[in-house]
Amino acid sequence: MAAIPGRPQIVAHEVTRPERGWMSWLTTTDHKKIGILYLATVLVFFVIGGVEALLMRIQLGAPENTFLTPEKYNEIMTLHGTTMIFLVVVPVWAGFANYFLPLMIGARDVAFPRLNAWSYWMFLFGGLSLYGSLFFQPPEAGWTSYVPLSLKEFTPSNGQEAWIYMVHLTGLSSILGAINFIATIHNMRAPGMGWGRMPLFVWTILIYAYLIILALTSLAATVTMLLLDRNFGTEFFDPTEGGSALLWQHLFWFFGHPEVYILVLPAFGVFSEILPVFARKPIFGYKAIAAATAGIAFLGMLVWAHHMFTTPMSTVVLAFFMLSSFLIAVPTGVKIFNWVATLWRGTIEWRVPLLFCVGGIATFLMGGITGIFLAVFPVDWQLHDTYFVVAHFHYTAFGASAFAMVAALYYWFPKMTGRMMSEGLGKISFVLFFVGFHLTFLIQHSAGLDGMPRRIYEYSNTDWTIMNLISTIGAFTLALSVLLTIVNVVRALKKGPIAGPDPWKANTLEWFTPSPPPENNFDIVPRVRSVEPMKDIRRQIERQTGVPQRFEAGKPMVKV
Amino acid sequence: MSGLFAGARPYTADAVAPVPTKTRRFVSRLAAVLPAVVLGALVLAPAASAGWFLPESAGSPNADAIRTLYILIAVIGLVIFIGVEGLLVYSLIKFRAKKGRVAAQIHGNTQLEIGWTVGAAAILIFLTVFTFLLLDDVKNPAPSLIDGEGNRVAASNVYAATDQNPPAEGESMNIRVVGQQYAWTFYYPDVEGQERVYAYNDMYVPVGMTVTLDVQATDVAHSWWIPELGGKADAVPGYTNKTWFQIPLDAIPEGEDRVVYEGQCAELCGRNHADMLGRVIGLRFDDWQAWRERKAEDLASAEDEAAQRREELESGEDNR
Repeated sequence: MAAIPGRPQIVAHEVTRPERGWMSWLTTTDHKKIGILYLATVLVFFVIGGVEALLMRIQLGAPENTFLTPEKYNEIMTLHGTTMIFLVVVPVWAGFANYFLPLMIGARDVAFPRLNAWSYWMFLFGGLSLYGSLFFQPPEAGWTSYVPLSLKEFTPSNGQEAWIYMVHLTGLSSILGAINFIATIHNMRAPGMGWGRMPLFVWTILIYAYLIILALTSLAATVTMLLLDRNFGTEFFDPTEGGSALLWQHLFWFFGHPEVYILVLPAFGVFSEILPVFARKPIFGYKAIAAATAGIAFLGMLVWAHHMFTTPMSTVVLAFFMLSSFLIAVPTGVKIFNWVATLWRGTIEWRVPLLFCVGGIATFLMGGITGIFLAVFPVDWQLHDTYFVVAHFHYTAFGASAFAMVAALYYWFPKMTGRMMSEGLGKISFVLFFVGFHLTFLIQHSAGLDGMPRRIYEYSNTDWTIMNLISTIGAFTLALSVLLTIVNVVRALKKGPIAGPDPWKANTLEWFTPSPPPENNFDIVPRVRSVEPMKDIRRQIERQTGVPQRFEAGKPMVKV
Repeated sequence: MSGLFAGARPYTADAVAPVPTKTRRFVSRLAAVLPAVVLGALVLAPAASAGWFLPESAGSPNADAIRTLYILIAVIGLVIFIGVEGLLVYSLIKFRAKKGRVAAQIHGNTQLEIGWTVGAAAILIFLTVFTFLLLDDVKNPAPSLIDGEGNRVAASNVYAATDQNPPAEGESMNIRVVGQQYAWTFYYPDVEGQERVYAYNDMYVPVGMTVTLDVQATDVAHSWWIPELGGKADAVPGYTNKTWFQIPLDAIPEGEDRVVYEGQCAELCGRNHADMLGRVIGLRFDDWQAWRERKAEDLASAEDEAAQRREELESGEDNR
């Protein structure tokens, strides 16, 4: 046989140079870049949603205020709720999980990197479709869009359609992202990382992803029905044509309550990651916390009608939903006790991420306790749809999610950028955040007890004036804190001290990589032998080199 | 086994060192202070301005029962709150990192875990039982304190067994409450030989009479709520919701002829949701009857006038 002449071959021995420039951001499929895109977009929406909150607080700061018209107030209120839920708290966890989940489980990317990029772009365009409505007329039926108010007869503007498209696009984005996370977690864990050695943040993201698939698919169907009712002559929700107004509430809250846990479970994961690092102690009751996460998610699917206690319902149904809501308090309580026990007899460093975590737990606990009041349906008949409820869900959603968001930012910023944020500025920001939050929302319990309904654009009852004024002052304090954190981020990007791979002496695998990690994350994926692989690795280095790697209490962790 | 395991202690009961005496002292102090705080809160709570710490109530039995339930939960909640927040802050300060301190490497404690799980469940079971004990008082209308002629009747404790039917004994009045953007209409029960009585936004009722409400809506969802007279009831188009209240006999202040309770729509119903106000005005029985008759006459004459006007318009002669 004649020899086939050898074709010239190019064998790449080197990794291609990482791409730079703005085009690389548009075309990237790197989970880290996508994570940063998510987080940067979320930050923008968070600021917009926050400004909307401030506008509402200005309007309510004085009785019979005319700063906003009723129309504008309803629009801003709808945009605020929708933005914070769909464009901030759900995607913020998608952002952090995108960046850190593969790193924490020792993977080189997510399972479907291109699908991942698509998820991000759909999220962005979902947000743009909502805010595009600013150019004609924004939606004004509240983030819950109850029918018949949201039907064409009562809300003729196309803002409602913008809202529906936003739900569809961000929903599809979340569902695809969730599939991606599930596939990644199930298949791409480092050698040795069994289910019992997976970081708790990864556990919560796994459950968050399953919840998204169950809840957001249901919402997609629900808003499609609304779209059909509004534009194509169906009558699912129109009571004058045999439709049911309550059907919307059931379908919406069947999504809406699991959504609450979609918002807070990853926040619990952040608490469970950060507390052991700064208490220098293993997490107390790893298995109990992981099991409680699954328990909360399961029970969370069974409590939706506690949002509807004041609608016509039989006592049996009311009692069922009261009991199922009570049951959730048990796994949630277990988590809180475990976190306290993790701090107990540790050596706790008062670093900014830890402070935000403890502040978040303290705040969330209060939201949990007011949740018990609301779960008791006769009491809910008094408190439902008042400012007591507004206070309650801000204590839970803000207390857990927003505190955890900022904690995660301070904790992981060094990994993402290679630089440290300022501790001093961070601590001032924490104090303002904590004080501002409680100033804003604690008093709202009283406003609710005193009979102030939510979603009103004005009031004439002067008993409520002082309460609302305090709340408004608190909101601006909170805004100042957010501003300080943004300043801190911008400053640290340029001037922050170099962090090195593991500035906190933390426990999980992301700290094994350089900061920021290279495009392939790991040249070698270490074998995982416990829940805290980095502790094992440091111990091994210590044994081999004789140089102490452990953190010593009372000594600064990072040379600044 | 790999050397990597050498430092990690398996978790056994030995890993939990005895609690230091200082901690014990703190716990016992906490145990002493807590009941005092709770007791203090119980004493102060009713005295404190209702609007700031407790749901409103003006003596309507359902609102009173809700308030009792609220106080019970508040006491339990306060104990949990102080206990857990106390522990959190205590740990944060007491176990702050200092030179030479070593963190105890505890991985868990099964007994403790089972303990707090069962403890949390026990509290919730207690709350459930208590809720059902009070539920009758909230849900089922109490019998009126007056009869159909406005005479006082002896108090009684018999309630309807299921749903929100009228009370099993004595008189009661059923009013149909209809919400629309942005007003409430109240339809009073028909009386033979009288024009049908209805009213907008101000609901006049006799004090002492149990008033059952059928809450409905014609356009979008609203929510009927007079905070001092008990819980709210959503008015959902296509459905009838039920609630009730009873103004105490002694609610009208000395020297006045009426008592007024204010409320407003509690479910977002459109741009003027904040302006959809409603009032319940309690009158003495005789005053109320006079009001009713006057109202019936007014409505009748208004109806006549309208009919006459219609006739004129139809016949094409306008006399005005």
